Amino acid sequence: MNALQTVVDAVALGSLFALVAMGIALIFGVMRLVNFAHGELLTAGAYALFLTTELPLAVSIAVLFATVIAFALATEVAVRPLRAASPAAMLVTTFALSFLLQSVFLLVWGSQGDNAGILPELNRAADVGGLRIRWVTVASIGVGALLLVGTALLLNRTTIGLEMRAAAHDFRTARLLGVRTNRVIRFAFLLAGVLAAAATLMLVVQRPLVTPVYGFQLVIPALVGVVVGGLDRLTSATLGGFAVGFGTSVLGDVLPSDGRVFLPSVVFALVIVVLLARPSGLFTRARTVVERV
Amino acid sequence: MSERAAPLLEVAGLEVRYGRVAAVRDLSFAVGRGEAVALVGPNGAGKSTTLHAVMGLVRPARGDVRLGGRSIAGLAPEAVARSGIALVPEGRHVFPHFTVEENLRLGLVARRAHDGVADDLRRVYRLFPAVEEFRGRPAGLLSGGQQQQLAIARGLLAAPDVLLLDEPSLGLAPTVVDAVFETLAEVRAGGVTVVLVEQRAQLAAAFADRTHVLANGELRLTLGPGDAEDTDLLTQAYFGS
Repeated sequence: MNALQTVVDAVALGSLFALVAMGIALIFGVMRLVNFAHGELLTAGAYALFLTTELPLAVSIAVLFATVIAFALATEVAVRPLRAASPAAMLVTTFALSFLLQSVFLLVWGSQGDNAGILPELNRAADVGGLRIRWVTVASIGVGALLLVGTALLLNRTTIGLEMRAAAHDFRTARLLGVRTNRVIRFAFLLAGVLAAAATLMLVVQRPLVTPVYGFQLVIPALVGVVVGGLDRLTSATLGGFAVGFGTSVLGDVLPSDGRVFLPSVVFALVIVVLLARPSGLFTRARTVVERV
Repeated sequence: MSERAAPLLEVAGLEVRYGRVAAVRDLSFAVGRGEAVALVGPNGAGKSTTLHAVMGLVRPARGDVRLGGRSIAGLAPEAVARSGIALVPEGRHVFPHFTVEENLRLGLVARRAHDGVADDLRRVYRLFPAVEEFRGRPAGLLSGGQQQQLAIARGLLAAPDVLLLDEPSLGLAPTVVDAVFETLAEVRAGGVTVVLVEQRAQLAAAFADRTHVLANGELRLTLGPGDAEDTDLLTQAYFGS
């Protein structure tokens, strides 16, 4: 029974990581940009919740989504001049953007942390056949599954989805066919924003103390997951994100409590092993890795 | 040049440079509505570069490209595509992981008029029965000839005024090449202007109203359909006199 408990919790954390990973992979797909500043979307959203704690729940959530989407679209504007630049230049730029935003958060709210508690009742646990399942666990898995399936349907069943996939596979040919790449890229950032906002909501319920590095701390392992899974494909990147979230949660349960400080070390050690064994990613078909620019 | 008043597509004084090297120099030609023009010449003559300049993939250093009298030089490729020029690129560039039908749907993206899609689709399926037969399959599983047919079908579904084709015969068996050119003749008979880049000069010259021979980025010679059999003329144009 204890094992099942561990699995349920791990699936919940995995779902959150998968949402973040999918957002990163969507953006990478259409513009070969690894967005290091993705974590600041979550931080901005968490501060939006902190600033609206007094307001009705629906308003709070609306402000959260608006803020995160606005930050995502602003990121797109910020990297737009770099489209022709090398991937390294884009990477460094988003890194700078990430640290800039963290500094701004630090200046405005300090490093002590602010309580953005929302929907605390979701942290109550229900007893299901001996399992202690918190509502937020159920909600995370449900929201995660819904959004991942929804995004998959959007990509596979709609014209804008087809255009996004075309741009991700062969940017030049997509343009030659009339795909308006500006629109497609903006749409990818918008989608990534929606996914990040949903992840933020689920995360803040469980960890209400918001600091300037709130999102950054989560996005680094998520990014690692994306790379481990295989940056090239949306599915593999999302699965990679899920795997890191899942693994972190399981290890957190399994490791003795005084060994928890080694948790990141263990995760990264596993990552190194994976990358040595499957350099093109855990969930990709074996083939050569090419940086498609 | 025909006596038609305004050519549909006009390339005037085009120069394209890659760094210090001029890939195309002072190239001018024009195509009227429903006409076919071929660009032939040895490797590196600037044929593909010319098509890329028309599509906006490379920015001309000098000169102009006009469609229906309006300059399209400097437009982004997607804007050129949406203004009525479709390119069937060299090497086909179908999306191998997408189904044949999804590839065709991407052809619709650049369409200006959204009625008549069903009719055009019927026409494309009639021209290319294999495309219809395998429409549920990933395009990567099609043979080279079938992928070429798919690439042309995709171009036609954009309902372009001008269809540009970059080496459509490349890597195809001779019988398949014949089939492709028969289709192109039919496409042209349907009123679509065709600009064809070909290494196989005789094949192209037999098909086109005019065949421009390029070498080292410059226009060397223009042949009419009657000159297709004149091998001396072609040899001379290719290798200089």
